[in-house]
Amino acid sequence: MLRLHDELAQRIRSHGEVCYPHECCGALLGRGDGPEREIVDLLPLENRHGESPRSRFAVSPEDFRRAERFARERGLDLVGWYHSHPDHPALPSEFDRAHAWPWYSYVIVSVAQGRAGQISAWRLDDNRSRFTPDRLETAERSAA
Amino acid sequence: MSVKILIPTPLRPYAEKNESVQFDVRTVGEALDLLTGRFAELRQHLYADDGRLRSFVNVYVNDEDIRFLQKEKTPLREGDIVSIIPSIAGGLL
Ligand SMILES: [Zn+2]
Repeated sequence: MLRLHDELAQRIRSHGEVCYPHECCGALLGRGDGPEREIVDLLPLENRHGESPRSRFAVSPEDFRRAERFARERGLDLVGWYHSHPDHPALPSEFDRAHAWPWYSYVIVSVAQGRAGQISAWRLDDNRSRFTPDRLETAERSAA
Repeated sequence: MSVKILIPTPLRPYAEKNESVQFDVRTVGEALDLLTGRFAELRQHLYADDGRLRSFVNVYVNDEDIRFLQKEKTPLREGDIVSIIPSIAGGLL
C-alpha cells in the first residue's frame, strides 16, 4: 500500500502537464521499509534523456545524489520515483521494467492531450521479472 | 585507507539494512570486493554474469564517476566516500 496525499498527487499531475509532451520525472521521499509506505514529499527533477524525452526519462547520477541528500536532510528516505506517460496509459512498459529496481515505489501518471489523468503505483518483484500493482491510498493530509 | 561506502536504499535489504559501511582499502575494486564478500546477496545486483559491473550501476568516488577515473583500479585516499548509484530511467515504449 502506498499512501500519497492528494496535494502530492496533484503536484505529480501538474508536473506531468507542464512537461507534456515530454515525460516528467521526480523523486518520491517518504517512510516505509515494508509493504506499507507513505510519501511525504517530492523532488521534481529534470528529464535528462536527451534523445527521446517524449517517450523516455532518465535521472542523472548528480540528481540522484541530490535527491538522496534532500531526503536525508528531511529525515526521510528516497523511496521511489514518479514519471509521466504522455498520451499513454499509466501502465509500466517493458522498458520501465528493464530499468527498474526492486524495493522502490514507481508512480506513473498518464497525461492525455496535456491533461493529467490516472495515477498508478507499482513495485518490481525481487527477481525483477515483473511489476506488481501497489494499492494507492490518496487522502488529504491530516492536520497533525 | 579508511573509506566509507554508501549503499542506496534499494540495495540495503541485501546488505543487512546498512546505509553505509567502512573499509580499509586501497582501490575501488578492493572496496567492492569486500562489500560483496560481506554481503553475498549484493553481488548479483552489482555485477553482470560476465563479472563486470552492471551498466545500470554507477560508482562514484566523492563527486567523480569511476568510469572517468581508473574504473575499479581507482585509488582511494583516507576519508574518501564511495557511492553506489543506481541508474534511474524508464519510458513509455
Ligand atoms: Zn514509464
